Amino acid sequence: MATFPALPRRYHSASIWGLYIVGLCPAAWYFYQASTGGLGFNPVKEFEHVIGIWALRFIIATLAITPLRDLATINWVRYRRALGLIAFYYVLIHFAVYLLLDLQLNFGAVGSDIVRRPYITIGFGCLLMLIPLAVTSNNWSIRKLGHGWIKLHKLIYLIAAGGALHYVLAVKSVTLVPFIHVALIALLLAYRSVRKPIMDRKRARKNLGQPARAAR
Amino acid sequence: MPAYCPPHIPASEITPKNLYLSRRSFVGGAAAAGFAFAGTGQAFASPLAGKPSDYKVDEKLTPKEAVTTYNNFYEFGVNKEDPSQNAGSFKPTPWSIKVDGLVGKPKEFGLDELMKMSLEDRTYRMRCVEGWSMVIPWIGFPLSAILDQVEPQGSAKYVSFETVVRPEEMPGQKGFFQPLPWPYVEGLRLDEARNPLTILAVGLYGETLPNQNGAPIRLVVPWKYGFKSIKSIVKISLVEKQPQTTWKNSNAREYGFYSNVNPAVDHPRWSQATEQRIGEGGLFGSNRHPTLPFNGYADQVASLYAGMDLKANY
Repeated sequence: MATFPALPRRYHSASIWGLYIVGLCPAAWYFYQASTGGLGFNPVKEFEHVIGIWALRFIIATLAITPLRDLATINWVRYRRALGLIAFYYVLIHFAVYLLLDLQLNFGAVGSDIVRRPYITIGFGCLLMLIPLAVTSNNWSIRKLGHGWIKLHKLIYLIAAGGALHYVLAVKSVTLVPFIHVALIALLLAYRSVRKPIMDRKRARKNLGQPARAAR
Repeated sequence: MPAYCPPHIPASEITPKNLYLSRRSFVGGAAAAGFAFAGTGQAFASPLAGKPSDYKVDEKLTPKEAVTTYNNFYEFGVNKEDPSQNAGSFKPTPWSIKVDGLVGKPKEFGLDELMKMSLEDRTYRMRCVEGWSMVIPWIGFPLSAILDQVEPQGSAKYVSFETVVRPEEMPGQKGFFQPLPWPYVEGLRLDEARNPLTILAVGLYGETLPNQNGAPIRLVVPWKYGFKSIKSIVKISLVEKQPQTTWKNSNAREYGFYSNVNPAVDHPRWSQATEQRIGEGGLFGSNRHPTLPFNGYADQVASLYAGMDLKANY
């Protein structure tokens, strides 16, 4: 398999910062559109929805890092923290639009929505679960928590599934765009259950091809 | 996006209705004659006049641009802007509506005949089940006018309606992902259909209906959620049993046969207590109005449901 040309190490840090900037561009662009009439006659809903969809897209990108490395030998693990954090920022913006612009701080309505509307309960649950992941996304937490960190961050699977369900429950009928997003999340989650046998076979094949090294 | 953005004009500065109507009836008469014989694609609406009526609401009209670009008409796509963008090749003429079923005199009404009915201006609130609303100046005539002509039999209890199926002109009706089964069907109880509020609309804002609003003829039932007001109707049948309706078939728990606007009965997934008035507010200062029982038409229609559990019959 052809290997993906590797980015020289000295550019790694700059490329991660670049990702943060590029990643937040859709939010800035749609905010500009929404505030200047470019999103039509119901800008609050349109903005709220498009930000939610971008949150899912960054969750999808976060989940894609592992299969990309396993199956396509593209190692972009260095971008995973940024992708996850950008997803978290989009979820925060999504919730802020709902709270500030849509319901205009009507906390009674927010509370009853969260309690009574399953898709909002699920969405809010995902936001809450993302908080510990974002808070422990720094190197210090990774060292401090050790194996517990890996366990904790498996929460992203539950969050991704919850996000997909939130989306499906929020639309009036599941059309092509929701279907693609949900299918990608389902595929990426399903990959986790077959990952171990795939990697075992890959390793076994690799070892067969390099008997000298195996014997060493 | 259109380059031209209409300025906000207060109602007080608009030419009084009697003045513009006298001008319009002249122009409209000439245009209606042309419309009847147009035969092919009528992508642009032509002027149309109705008689003034008492059916109006004292609220600011939703801008015409919003009424004609923010639409749910899944036959042309599921996004709000899809119908206005994809309905250009739809041909609303020639057209006819077949009225049959439990009637004494089944009849096929040609569009020219329907356009000659006694057309009235009816400004109604329109409340979508999704939680937004508009105020729209329709032009139309009471549905009862054509029901009377076909003489419903005593056994007829309901009226069913059917939208046209034309995959070649309606892109939402072809392809791999179809949001709903076609044809779109709707229904009313006969007494609801005969209520004077229930109209068949053939125009809005002084023009024939744009394709994206259900050209050439659609139902408007202002006290029910918008999806009951079926568009581009080709068939009306008088029937004995409660007819199939598209959204109820799609999800019976969420969309009932009655679907009367009711702030006290929430949609299972969202509240119906308030509504976003389209074209008002913008991104900041989103302007939610309280939703009214029967969309503000309780005086005229609440008696139709006397003694009925509106929570169970949502």
